[in-house]
Amino acid sequence: MDALLPSLLFYAFAGVILGSAAFTAFARDIVHAAFSLLFTFFGLACLYLYLGADFVGLSQVVIYVGGILVLLLFGVMFTGHQTQETEKRTVNFYWGLALIALLGAGMVPALLKAPWAVKSAAELPEAKSTISSIATLLMTDYLLPFEIASLLLLMALIGAVVIARGETKTDEGESPETSA
Amino acid sequence: MTDSHLFNVLVPSLLKMVVIFHVLLGVVAYLVLVERKLLGRFQQRVGPTRVGPWGLLQPIADGLKLFLKEDIIPTKADRVLFIAAPLISMITALLAMAVIPFGPRFELFGIDFGYLQIADVNVGLLYIFGITSLGVYGIFLAGWSSGNKYSLIGGLRSSAQMISYELTLGLSVIVILMACGSLRMSQIAESQGDGFWNWWIFSTQWYFIPGLIGFFLYLISAFAETNRLPFDLPEAETELVSGYNTEYSSMKFAMFFMAEYVNIITVCSIATTLFLGAWHSPLPFAPFTSVPGVIWFLAKVFSLVFVFIWIRATLPRFRYDQLMHFGWKVLLPLALVNILLAAAGLIAAGSF
Repeated sequence: MDALLPSLLFYAFAGVILGSAAFTAFARDIVHAAFSLLFTFFGLACLYLYLGADFVGLSQVVIYVGGILVLLLFGVMFTGHQTQETEKRTVNFYWGLALIALLGAGMVPALLKAPWAVKSAAELPEAKSTISSIATLLMTDYLLPFEIASLLLLMALIGAVVIARGETKTDEGESPETSA
Repeated sequence: MTDSHLFNVLVPSLLKMVVIFHVLLGVVAYLVLVERKLLGRFQQRVGPTRVGPWGLLQPIADGLKLFLKEDIIPTKADRVLFIAAPLISMITALLAMAVIPFGPRFELFGIDFGYLQIADVNVGLLYIFGITSLGVYGIFLAGWSSGNKYSLIGGLRSSAQMISYELTLGLSVIVILMACGSLRMSQIAESQGDGFWNWWIFSTQWYFIPGLIGFFLYLISAFAETNRLPFDLPEAETELVSGYNTEYSSMKFAMFFMAEYVNIITVCSIATTLFLGAWHSPLPFAPFTSVPGVIWFLAKVFSLVFVFIWIRATLPRFRYDQLMHFGWKVLLPLALVNILLAAAGLIAAGSF
């Protein structure tokens, strides 16, 4: 029972992730595809939690599910409902297949050769909250990378605003779309 | 894992789940009645009185009516998402309740039940933000899948609004985290004992300012998060024919309705836990401390719920651009400044 339940849970999460990811890739309707991505992100968050990474797991939900995917759906919703535009079309099917085969040929042997560090439950350190250690590391050893990453995000943000606004004009009353 | 250990963990959790879940849904049903009664009083009316004594059976009648109504799915709707949307709304609303500590530790029949809280996770607050950020999907997909322009506009408005105000909601609470140093809900609650001057609304450093500002920022963004007046643009009846739920009928409509009220209770419970001292009595001596903690908690929650209804009866609706302007250019900078204030206060007090 001790070993069965964890592995059962793991396979359930993995099944959800793979299934929803496949649906995202193959669904014809683009909103259905985006919605299915919700389950992929959520499943990933569950796996993180399952690994004892509580902070990473919940950040995954807050950032990807609560932020990025909402914006993605937001964009998709402007494309209208069940028209030709919301259907995905397959382009370069055979080239894509060849690329997958090539990548697979590289990855599968690497996966087979990799030394997996399998440990039994008894060998693992006791599960603790990772938040304070992450915070300490970010504010001490990794302060510079942390700040550089935030600078990069700020640049992207300003860039997005500049591109979205086009030429700066004198119009004072901005439209709700740009401020959203 | 021995049998008795399993028993000691499983039974309390299951019992707490069942009790909290049922009490919550019962409260939600009657909250609708309370709101109608109060709105009536605010508007010089008496509210519902016909069903049962003082209209007390009104929620049951409403529920029965909604169950018996025809369940319509429009032909232009996207069937799968149309059915999924109310489910998502309801489930996310209920899930957030799991980490709220309603009362202190207690024992029953020799079994340690822990806090009156379903799951005492150490990232409780983060969990709440994760789950509440899912709530937008229900409204959003409902608006899109209905195949109706009004619904679509309602869905778009709500998603923009919820993303915008979630930022302020999150930032307003950071002050508490800085002062308390924990994300665990029960620990935040424990840190506010012995009198109302220790509640975080008053006791974060620098002459109470960050705590007070944080509380009001939280409350304002909570109105927006729950789509209540004055921020109920997604369902503005006069402009959008109820917005995202125009096409919904019967129990699917009821689910949106219930989810909204569960969300109100959730945000009020979070505010109570974070700012208003959770289950602690306002004054740390005899007649106050002998009242059970759960009663204090519920009293605080319902005071806040009353404020929600009060505001609804008082304020008119914002215009959409005013809403965005207010969220991004007033609330968000205020929240950021508030964090700086709190940090300065904490450094000055030497507790960093």
